[in-house]
Amino acid sequence: MVQLALPKNSRPVDGKAWPKPAGANRLTEFRIYRYDPDGESNPRIDTYWVDRDDCGPMVLDAILWIKNKVDPTLTFRRSCREGICGSCAMNIDGTNTLACTKATDDIKGVVRIYPLPHMPVVKDLVPDLSGFYAQHASIQPWLQTTSPEPEKEWRQSPDDRHKLDGLYECILCACCSTSCPSYWWNGDRYLGPAALLQAYRWLIDSRDEATGERLDNLEDPFRLYRCHTIMNCAKVCPKGLNPAKAIAEIKKMMVTRQF
Amino acid sequence: MADSQVRTQRPLSPHIQIFRPYLTMMMSITHRITGGALYVGTLLLVVWLLAAATGRSGYEHVQWFMGSIIGRLILLGYTWALIHHLIGGVRHLVWDVGLGFGPEARENMARLNIIGSVVLTILIWIVAYAVR
Repeated sequence: MVQLALPKNSRPVDGKAWPKPAGANRLTEFRIYRYDPDGESNPRIDTYWVDRDDCGPMVLDAILWIKNKVDPTLTFRRSCREGICGSCAMNIDGTNTLACTKATDDIKGVVRIYPLPHMPVVKDLVPDLSGFYAQHASIQPWLQTTSPEPEKEWRQSPDDRHKLDGLYECILCACCSTSCPSYWWNGDRYLGPAALLQAYRWLIDSRDEATGERLDNLEDPFRLYRCHTIMNCAKVCPKGLNPAKAIAEIKKMMVTRQF
Repeated sequence: MADSQVRTQRPLSPHIQIFRPYLTMMMSITHRITGGALYVGTLLLVVWLLAAATGRSGYEHVQWFMGSIIGRLILLGYTWALIHHLIGGVRHLVWDVGLGFGPEARENMARLNIIGSVVLTILIWIVAYAVR
């Protein structure tokens, strides 16, 4: 359901302003969403000042600098620091992206960081993604076949392989799904762009033989058809993929299979 | 995981409050709002027809209101909402055949929708005044 306002326990309040580092020439202000699950209080927005001459170029470098030098309690996920693991997905400067591939210099003024939007917050910038992963599992993201197994591998022509380009690169960072207003309002029943892009990845795989069953599973007013082509998914994808287009292709398959 | 029970309900992270208003998202919202406004516009049409059916004096009352400044502003808004929603519908048709998803195409289609709705609305009113 559309609920524009945040629940009472979720409304961020003004937080702590941490001291500016001494002797810094180039300072950038960061306002970061904090939530402490061990306390009783609402989330808060803390202000930090980062010495840019002492830290790397990316937003991830800056929040690691804060964690190492200012506030060790600041909590976030990160791993590969090169845009392939998808762990450090968060809302930076009003849009969902990976902290490790977003340059601080590309942001004008104050850098505002929130967890991925409209998700339950475990702590600080760490959202609970279990529902998101369950949706991915529900589209059965593996090769399904009925014909007898070949002696060696399932073969695929280069042309058929090219159909998977722009789909297989998805790293499941959840930037797209959590940018989607449809997913915000109906995330419990709408699968969201990430899971649907993955669904399409298996639907057009020439080796997969469960196309009909896969489409049956998606033929639902919510699971697939809550996509209203708002396009936020395609705008935010840090890998440059186009879930909106993939969803449109699924909708086309739904129609063309009737003939 | 003895202490895994969630003591308090987890907060919901901010969403529409903090998200950058991308043009395509704003166009989707406008499409919804204009679609809702068209219900009211259709009601206006029903009121006008009903008034005509009730006879001369009722019709003249409605005609007077529609011809007043406020009435004309409402009709202007209705025209724009209708055209904006109509072009938006064409945009959706283009998407339904799998086109217009590229980074430039989707922005240009949104801009065209805005410009087209304003230009067509003005044209309709110029024609309406010309043939009156």
